[in-house]
Amino acid sequence: MKFLPLIWAALWRKKTRTVFTLASIMVAFLLFGMLQGVNAAFNATVDRANVNRLIVANSVSFTESLPYSYMAQIEQLSGVSAVSQQNWFGAYYQDPKNFVFSFPAEPARWRRVSPEYKLPEDQFDAWARTRTGAVIGIDLAEKYGWKIGDRVPLHSTIWTKPGGSSDWEFDIVGIYTSPDSPTRGNQFFFNYAYFDEARSFNKGRVGWYIVQVQDPRQSAQIAASIDKLFGNSTDETETKTEKEFQQSFLKQIGDINFIVTRILFAVFFALLFATGSSLMQSVRERIPELAVLKTLGFSDGRVLWLVLAESLMLCLLAAALGLAVASALFPSLKGAIGVVTLPRVVIIEGAAIAVLLALATGLLPAWRARQLNIVDALAGR
Amino acid sequence: MAAIVSLRNVVKRYTRGKHSVEVLHGLNLDIETGDFVALMGPSGSGKTTLLNLIGGLDTASGGEVSVAGERIDSLSGGQLAKWRARHVGFVFQFYNLLPQLSAERNVELPLLLTSLSAAQRKKNVQTALAIVGLSDRAKHKPTELSGGQAQRVAIARALVSDPTLLVCDEPTGDLDRATADEILGLLQSLNREQG
Repeated sequence: MKFLPLIWAALWRKKTRTVFTLASIMVAFLLFGMLQGVNAAFNATVDRANVNRLIVANSVSFTESLPYSYMAQIEQLSGVSAVSQQNWFGAYYQDPKNFVFSFPAEPARWRRVSPEYKLPEDQFDAWARTRTGAVIGIDLAEKYGWKIGDRVPLHSTIWTKPGGSSDWEFDIVGIYTSPDSPTRGNQFFFNYAYFDEARSFNKGRVGWYIVQVQDPRQSAQIAASIDKLFGNSTDETETKTEKEFQQSFLKQIGDINFIVTRILFAVFFALLFATGSSLMQSVRERIPELAVLKTLGFSDGRVLWLVLAESLMLCLLAAALGLAVASALFPSLKGAIGVVTLPRVVIIEGAAIAVLLALATGLLPAWRARQLNIVDALAGR
Repeated sequence: MAAIVSLRNVVKRYTRGKHSVEVLHGLNLDIETGDFVALMGPSGSGKTTLLNLIGGLDTASGGEVSVAGERIDSLSGGQLAKWRARHVGFVFQFYNLLPQLSAERNVELPLLLTSLSAAQRKKNVQTALAIVGLSDRAKHKPTELSGGQAQRVAIARALVSDPTLLVCDEPTGDLDRATADEILGLLQSLNREQG
């Protein structure tokens, strides 16, 4: 600790250069925090997938539909405890940027396969008996200020009514919470019966089935049984665990993990040179001063450590600032990813990367300072 | 009195590229405790080389260098660093203060290598600055000081750890005549009172 003022003063010897270096590292860590935060939030969604659930989709693509009649056949299979179905409604509220994750569902079936959604009994009953009723997540309700009793119009980008209209109206009858799955708090469920009756095409078909199994150890076997059941039909199925399904769904958007990793690798690789050359220049300018320290009795090892500590202080400070800004900005992504706080794992990863960056950029100048010959350095050679 | 510095047959040879230059040729020298010795000679005669050997900044190519009864010519780099911290105070022609540190932080530098507490270090720094008459400039950066004041800070830094030996390499070389006399006077009085 007694060397801290010395290290701090050396860091700010050239204020402008330090500010620019600090800013460039900070921006890199801001980018890291946001991108890796989104990545971690998606991964957390996948990790929270229910191990008891299978998703049955059309083997051609999950955007292709399946007959509603499959439901009864799947229910008959041994080891299946409940089946529900969902469709991708693809809707927005008032403006295309206000995308709403909305799905038609059958209330009773929905409740059996989705125990993570907590909905008061009276609200559930209201949903079951209201044709245009909808239940929404607490986050969605807060986002648009919706409350029970409100009539809400959604515009579907897929589904039209017989008159050609894509505008659908729903009555909010319930607001659910999902304490164990915070990313699910922005969804919108409404009655399948209303949807199927009012849509102009594809009636009697569903997007995918959600199958609750009694024993997750039998998931693979049950999945194979389902796919075998519908093999050689016009609508063959592909059954996956919920986790696999979510992973493949995210890959439809793009391999987020791959993209994020490559972007961050490029950013930090560039930063390595920028920060490294800045530190090297700083040491070069201070050769006589470092020689003075050695003259006073600072050992080679201590001088190496001082330069390395300077690099550590710079990188950790910049990382802390960058991640702090990312933490402050992260709640603005809640509407898109459903997570309000920067995952702790991202902060830990950020700190580790800052240490690695400091070592990678500081080691060479620190070694140069260590190898300094006092007599030559004082003589300006 | 016992010799505080003793050199026997000291040879110093530099190799620059393909050329080898012998600067000191079998030098013998004794400096007694309490002495105030000035080395004089033309440029290139080896004054700084000799001071570097006595101060443990450089090692001899041959011969023996003893300071306060300890052979320093055979010490390793790490041992020499520790030895310098304990025994030698340096004053340079261009002060060689760290520009980003205040006067008191500059003076404190040698004490960072000791086990003294922060309070004790502060007290010693204040004493050293008082000795050179710069108590009121403790918070000033080197750029905020005159040449003479900067050299006084450098002298305070050299004195603060109570060294066995004070090595000054052209301490007045960068000063005007009046300030140079003032600094030499200060060094002489220090030698009389504390040497």
